[in-house]
Amino acid sequence: MFGLFKKSPEPVPSDEGSSQGWIARLKSGLGNSRQKLKAGLTGLFGGKLDDAWFDALEETLIAADVGVGTSRKLIEQLKREARSQNIDQAEALKPLLKAALVHLLRPLERPLDVSTHTPFVILFVGVNGAGKTTTIGKLAQHFLQGGRSVLLAAGDTFRAAAVAQLVAWGQRNQVPVITQEKGDSASVIFDAISAARSRGIDIVLADTAGRLPTQLHLMEEIRKVKRVVTKADPSAPHEILLVLDANTGQNALSQVRAFDDALNLTGLVVTKLDGTARGGVVAAIAGERPIPICFIGVGEAMEDLQAFNASDFVDALIE
Amino acid sequence: MLDQLTERLSGVIKTLRGQSRLTEANIQDALREVRVALLEADVALPVVKDFIQDVREQAVGQAVLTSLTPGQALVGIVHQALTRLMGSQGEGLNLATQPPAVILMAGLQGSGKTTSSGKLAKMLKEQQKKKVLLVSCDVYRPAAIEQLRVLAQSLEIDWFPSSAEQTPGAIATAALDHAKRHFHDVLIVDTAGRLAIDEAMMREIQQLHQTVHPIETLFVVDAMQGQDAVNTARAFSEALPLTGIILTKLDGDARGGAALSVRHVTQKPIKFIGVGEKLTGLEAFHPERMASRILGMGDVLSLIEEAHRTVDRAEAEKLANKIKKGLDFDLEDFKSQLVQMKKSGGLGAMMDKLPAQLTRGLPANATMDDRAINRIEGIINAMTPLERRRPELLKASRKRRIAAGSGVQVQEVNRLLNQFEQMQKMMKMMSKGGLAKMMRGMKGLMPGLH
Repeated sequence: MFGLFKKSPEPVPSDEGSSQGWIARLKSGLGNSRQKLKAGLTGLFGGKLDDAWFDALEETLIAADVGVGTSRKLIEQLKREARSQNIDQAEALKPLLKAALVHLLRPLERPLDVSTHTPFVILFVGVNGAGKTTTIGKLAQHFLQGGRSVLLAAGDTFRAAAVAQLVAWGQRNQVPVITQEKGDSASVIFDAISAARSRGIDIVLADTAGRLPTQLHLMEEIRKVKRVVTKADPSAPHEILLVLDANTGQNALSQVRAFDDALNLTGLVVTKLDGTARGGVVAAIAGERPIPICFIGVGEAMEDLQAFNASDFVDALIE
Repeated sequence: MLDQLTERLSGVIKTLRGQSRLTEANIQDALREVRVALLEADVALPVVKDFIQDVREQAVGQAVLTSLTPGQALVGIVHQALTRLMGSQGEGLNLATQPPAVILMAGLQGSGKTTSSGKLAKMLKEQQKKKVLLVSCDVYRPAAIEQLRVLAQSLEIDWFPSSAEQTPGAIATAALDHAKRHFHDVLIVDTAGRLAIDEAMMREIQQLHQTVHPIETLFVVDAMQGQDAVNTARAFSEALPLTGIILTKLDGDARGGAALSVRHVTQKPIKFIGVGEKLTGLEAFHPERMASRILGMGDVLSLIEEAHRTVDRAEAEKLANKIKKGLDFDLEDFKSQLVQMKKSGGLGAMMDKLPAQLTRGLPANATMDDRAINRIEGIINAMTPLERRRPELLKASRKRRIAAGSGVQVQEVNRLLNQFEQMQKMMKMMSKGGLAKMMRGMKGLMPGLH
């Protein structure tokens, strides 16, 4: 993201499985974009802090989807700090930039605690193509490895073969999938919760159809899904997660706003961070609706779905 | 659709209109606003820079030459530059080859390739009477093949079976052979979503391209995509000889700046835009209309075109005749209008195409959703034919009966009758040429439109 402070390329640590491994994966996933950015900004380095340098930094932030408003706020803050600490070299500003970003993103850290209820019901919502079903598939495996039993609810009754897609994930993970021949999202998920209760299953992962916030009837439908889930279990849904594609630009904010207004989101899942997209819109979200990020997807493999750690995230981005 | 960008630019231009002359300083301010608006609309930074540079150069040289007001001159320049950036003319598909004409779909995960394949097939079948074959080479995402099969079945379009055990190349070869032997005009090859930096996957689609020799290689882009659109577009266009772009999910509230970025980087035409969750929602892309729309002109032309396609001609003519003759517009007409509105993608889709200046003035209930239309239809259905023709008959007891019959409160029946009365007035105005006057008035504001 911010190739501004780029040093020599780092060797990829070999010890997989530790958090080191994840940073390496995240970095290697992002390496490509940093490589490109570096080329355009090399000239800025080691130089003095002046308006042109801050303009370049602003552009770099904007190019990472941080957004105009948030970028300007960050830059104002950095300028103030640079003045008060008499910093006039670009390199010396690096820790300040990192600290500012970490400060912004830290409140979004929140691991998912699924032990508070049984069955623990997680509802997944989002726009079309954000990666809801794939996320559920990966999460099922994640929870299974943590020794919990999982049940999937095929609540996307709209898109062609969405049910078949979830069933395929169910087979891959050998977990039951609740489907209905005909029926709406709400009734499928209601059934799934009842089934989970009678089978003593720990976690219900409920899929829903993709919808755009402008499709008011579909936004109304998802509210109904939530109401019906609450009828199945008064404490449920225990989590309502919005799945966000990291490729999304400033519209991500409007998605967060709309889904949060409709459902009171409890968390976000940011997918597809392994591409060249930098997901900087997360910083804008943190500024406006600090909804915690429960997971980020940094690769194709199951273990590439990771808990969000602000410091690691910023490290991987501006290293 | 692009309404937020539209509004933003409308605002910029309005502040400029107040100025008496175009100076270096006030171009600077306006251009800075345009820059921010474009960035907030997710137009990629390098594209924005080029654009601003372009506009500045032209503005400084031309301002003195024109007889327009300075504001109009800058609007015209911004409009022209935007149009140029998005391509100077609308282009359809090129299918002029020995059949089957192969269309290869490419793009990131979740950009809408499979849905667009279905929409494209339907369009070719219905509007161009082509015999289309659909095939999926997505052997990675679970049930991707099944998704295309279900779509093909519901559209009654031929589908070539494939399975996740096959290689994409083998599937494509077999599908091409099948299409040749069964005299299909068009073969649409859906592919797996892939990251531009995934070298193995990019090689795979290059090989696929060599296997099927597509006449059209379409890059499918999510209108919500951010700054990175410029990078993915560059990578895809370097790997594949793209021939065009499909911009999807434009019915959302994304500002759609990705359209400009992708177009700028690939220099390939945006051939279609995807709107609506239903399989009818693929529209031709018109760069000049899009530019007008971004500038606050709205997409009135494509609204008219769409209305032509979906609206029942006979019904529309009957209504037009009635208006012309000055006959009363009754509740029966009101209902058939609502039904037609639903057919053309709902009220939201219609509102999107109107200029921001017009829609901003509308009352809040103008953005009611399609469910509200259903309710109104229900209320009218609960009336007798006589009542529909002569709404003035509706007094308290009839209203109570209608409310009970349609399961709503009496107040809602009253509200409908009020709305209907307003509509009646509007119809009378229109019959006196009010709409034409309105359009002429708008034309005067925009030098780009003739």
